[in-house]
Amino acid sequence: MADYKIDDTVDITDVVCPVTFVKAKVALEELDDGQILAVRMNNGEPVQNVPRSIKEEGHQILKLTDNGDDTFTLIVKKVEDE
Amino acid sequence: MAFTNEQLERYSRHIILKEVGAKGQKKLLNSSVLIIGAGGLGAPAAMYLAAAGVGTIGIADADEVDLSNLQRQVIHTTADLGKAKVKSAKETMQAINPDVKVNTYRKFITSENIMDIIRDYDFIIDGTDNFPAKFLINDACVMAQKPFSHAGIIRFKGQLMTYVPGEGPCYRCVFKDPPPKDAVPTCKQAGVIGAMGGVIGSLQAMEAVKYIIGKGDLLTGRLLTYDALTMTFRTIKLPKNHDCPVCGDHPTITKLIDYEQAECDMHM
Repeated sequence: MADYKIDDTVDITDVVCPVTFVKAKVALEELDDGQILAVRMNNGEPVQNVPRSIKEEGHQILKLTDNGDDTFTLIVKKVEDE
Repeated sequence: MAFTNEQLERYSRHIILKEVGAKGQKKLLNSSVLIIGAGGLGAPAAMYLAAAGVGTIGIADADEVDLSNLQRQVIHTTADLGKAKVKSAKETMQAINPDVKVNTYRKFITSENIMDIIRDYDFIIDGTDNFPAKFLINDACVMAQKPFSHAGIIRFKGQLMTYVPGEGPCYRCVFKDPPPKDAVPTCKQAGVIGAMGGVIGSLQAMEAVKYIIGKGDLLTGRLLTYDALTMTFRTIKLPKNHDCPVCGDHPTITKLIDYEQAECDMHM
């Protein structure tokens, strides 16, 4: 994670689908183009679906790290549409 | 303003939409819509706008809930009979979504009070059932530069159009004057299929939402008509009338008019 300058962090381990993606999406909307968001999520369904949904929105996935505590951290670069 | 986890869940289906997102949902929460008439059109419009999280909703109606209303005015229930419609409507909206602030106006709108009532709202929905009110709402919205959704329903037919100041025609560009008294029956005399209010009132709510989030094309310069029996929707292009007496280049109507209403149409 030290490879990137993290502009904001959001924890979505306290919510379930589809609010997981919604919470990450809201955090991304707050950022400027090119800024970097770290998203902490639970193993299982969130780690399978949230990165894919974020990618479908056009953002760039930089890294997914296993935190070793049944959570993962996803590093995303915001890509402004249009 | 940050969303709570509960709000993120409540509005998740909106926020997921590219056209809405967090920005659009915040616009909705910060917006205000006035609904004139808590009847067949106003009922679904009010319920969908409350559910959508429109932050402030005004509702104006002088009447009480009557048994003959319940076939179509889905915001009221049998338990509400005899209650002021605005009170019943407020209770339903707040039960749907406690985020919404509801202002009630238990009065008929007139040339005397309409400017004060519409002043604080971003968008107005005409859910009335008579021509004097429709022309009054149009003229007041043109004069106050307020966007509004016009609609009318009767039997198996419905229509709507949207006025946005500076864009396209107003209601009076299309329909110059109210028809003579009793020339056109009201839904009290002619009947109306209950779901028609649901279809057209929901479309009015849709126009309000699109206006607030600033996405898509509104029914400006277009009249949408719906015939339920033939199951046909049509859109008719309508130009702005530069000789319109209220929104034209040289307006001749500069103060509001209370047209007379047929006696049997009172107290709907």
